[in-house]
Amino acid sequence: MAAAVLIQNLCKSYGTVPAVKDVSFQVNQGEIFGLLGPNGAGKTTTIRCLCTLAKPDSGTIELGGVSVVDQPREARKRLGYVAQEVALDKILTGRELLELQAALYHIPKVEARQRIEVLLEVLDLQSYADKKTGTYSGGLKRRIDLAAGLLHQPEVLVLDEPTVGLDIESRVVVWDFLRQLRSSGTTIVITSHYLEEIDALADRVGIIDRGLVIAEGTPSALKNRLGGDRITLRIREFTPVAEAERARHLLSQLSCVQEAKVNDNQANALNLVVTPDRDVLMTIQQSLQTAELPIFGISQSRPSLDDVYLAATGKTLLDAELSAASSRDLKAEKKQSMR
Amino acid sequence: MSGTINTSNSVNVRSSDIYRSREPLESNQLADFIQETLALTKRLFIQLQRRPSTLIAGIVQPLMWLVLFGALFQNAPQGMMGNDLSYGQFLGAGVIVFTAFAGALNAGLPVMFDREFGFLNRLLVAPLASRYSIVAASAIYIVALSLIQTAAIIGVSAIMGAGLPSLTGLAAITLIILLLVLGVTAMSLGFTFALPGHIELIAVIFVINLPLLFASTALAPLTFMPQWLQIVACLNPLTYAIEPIRYLYTHPQWNLTSVVLQAPWGSISFGSSLLILVSFMLLTLTAIQPLLKRRLA
Repeated sequence: MAAAVLIQNLCKSYGTVPAVKDVSFQVNQGEIFGLLGPNGAGKTTTIRCLCTLAKPDSGTIELGGVSVVDQPREARKRLGYVAQEVALDKILTGRELLELQAALYHIPKVEARQRIEVLLEVLDLQSYADKKTGTYSGGLKRRIDLAAGLLHQPEVLVLDEPTVGLDIESRVVVWDFLRQLRSSGTTIVITSHYLEEIDALADRVGIIDRGLVIAEGTPSALKNRLGGDRITLRIREFTPVAEAERARHLLSQLSCVQEAKVNDNQANALNLVVTPDRDVLMTIQQSLQTAELPIFGISQSRPSLDDVYLAATGKTLLDAELSAASSRDLKAEKKQSMR
Repeated sequence: MSGTINTSNSVNVRSSDIYRSREPLESNQLADFIQETLALTKRLFIQLQRRPSTLIAGIVQPLMWLVLFGALFQNAPQGMMGNDLSYGQFLGAGVIVFTAFAGALNAGLPVMFDREFGFLNRLLVAPLASRYSIVAASAIYIVALSLIQTAAIIGVSAIMGAGLPSLTGLAAITLIILLLVLGVTAMSLGFTFALPGHIELIAVIFVINLPLLFASTALAPLTFMPQWLQIVACLNPLTYAIEPIRYLYTHPQWNLTSVVLQAPWGSISFGSSLLILVSFMLLTLTAIQPLLKRRLA
C-alpha cells in the first residue's frame, strides 16, 4: 500500500532564498506525524507544497500514491488543511462558513447539513454555530477551522501550528481531538515548534532545520539514540570561555560524564551527557567545589526532543528561534503566502 | 476564554459519526462548478446584507451626482447640450454608466482582502471544479449590484423629469451595463492578482476612476471638447456605454442603426457601440487569462 504521504527530495526557493533545500519523509496511514523545527526552518513551506498552495521546484509529493503536482484536484479531495493563520470570514456565522466549505468540496446539501451537525457537536460548538466568527475567541476559531478541515472526511489532515496562541486548556482539547481522530483512521500531519506538543502527540517525528530534515523517527527512538541524561551547567550567567573550558576538562574526567561540550550559543554553558544515575549531580557539584568553580545553575533531565535538536544542530530550539526571528523577512513571507 | 472550552473529556469523537461514509462523492464538473459558484456568490450577498453600507453609498452617491451636478449647470442655456435637452436629462446616462463602472472597478477589492487575509487559500486548497468560480462569483455579485444601482438611478431620474425609456430600451440598458460591468470587473480582478496589496489596488482604482469619467461624454458632450479630448473620449469604452443610453432617453424611436455618436473619424451607430462593448469585454477577459492561470493554477 502506498504511504499516506510521501515526500521525496522536496526543494523550494522563493527567489534566491531557499526555503526548503531537501526534505524527504513518509507518513504511514493512521499515524500522527509531527514536523518539528524552529520558525523559519521550512515547515510551512513544506506544508504549502503538500497542500498544493505552492509548486515545488523539484521533488515528489504523493498522497496515497497521487501526485499533488500532477493531479492537484485529486490530491485536494484527500486533503484537509488547517492553516497557521485562521482565515475566517468574520461576517459569516460558523455554520455559514461550514456550509460554504461543504459546497467547495461538493458535498450534497443534505449530507452537508448532517455532517455539520455532527462536527459542531463533537467539537462542542453548537452554542456558537449561529454567531459570527468575528466574535469567536482564539480557541473557538481553531475549532471551527478544524471542523472546516474535516467536513469532507479527508484521508490526510494537515495542521500547521494548530495550537499557536491557544491557552493550555484549549490545547489539550485539540490534542485529545486529534488523538481520537487518529483512532478513526485519519492520517495527521502536524507542524509545531512546541516540543511538548510533538512529544505528546506524534507517533513519528521529523525534525527540520534550515530546509533539511535532520532527524526522523519515533520520539522515543530519537531520544534513546542520544544515550544518557542531559545536564546543562552554567558556571556563571555568562561564563568566560577559559573558565568553561576548565570546567569541561575537569568534568570530562569523571567516569559518569560521557560527553561534555561548551555551548557558545548558551553563553558558554556546558552541555553534558551523563549516565542516568541519581548521584551524578552531587558528584559534579563536589568536583566543581573542589576546583573552586561556582555554579550559577544546573539542571538534569532525560533527553528531550530539544536535545535531539541540540545534538544535531548545536543549538536549542529556543536559540534557533530567536536567531531565526531576527533574520526573518516577514514582509517577504507574507508575500509568499499570498496568492 | 475559559468559559468557552469544556474540559477535555467532554470531547467525544465517535469515529463512526464523522466517517459515516467514505464513498467518493459523485463527480460532475458542471454541477460542481455551479455549486461552488453559488456558494461563493451567496457569501458575497451575506456580506452585503450584513454590511449594507457599500450598497447604500453606491445608491446615494449617484443620486447626489444627479442633484448636485444637475444643479451646477441649472442655468446653462436650454439646448446647449443639443436636442433641447436639459442638463439633468443629459446627465442621467452619464451617472448610470459611471456608477456601474466605479462599482465594477472595485470588484477586485473583496478578492484582494481574501488574498491578504488568507481566505483565498481556503478556496485554493479545495478541489474546485474550476477556480474561475471565484471570478464568476465576483462577476455575478457586481452585476447584480450594478443593476440595483442602475434601477435606482433610472427611477430617481424619472421622478426628476428625465422620462423613462421603453421596455426594450430598459432591456438595452441592462445589456449595456452587463457588458461594461463584466469587462471592467475582469480588469479589476486582473489588477487584484497583479498588484501586491490593497493599498496599491486602491491607488490604481483612484488613478483610473475620475480621469476615465472626465475623458468620456458622461458630463459634457463631445462638441464641448477640444479635438484631442474628443479623440480620447472616443477611445474610452465608457463613451460607448453612455451614448446609446443617452440616445434611448431622448429618442423613443431607435434601432441598431441609429447614429448615437459623431466620433472624429465617423459616425457610430447603436449596434456598433454594442459591438465595441462586447469587444472590450472579450479583450479584458482574454487579457487576464494568463495572469489568472498563473495565480490560480
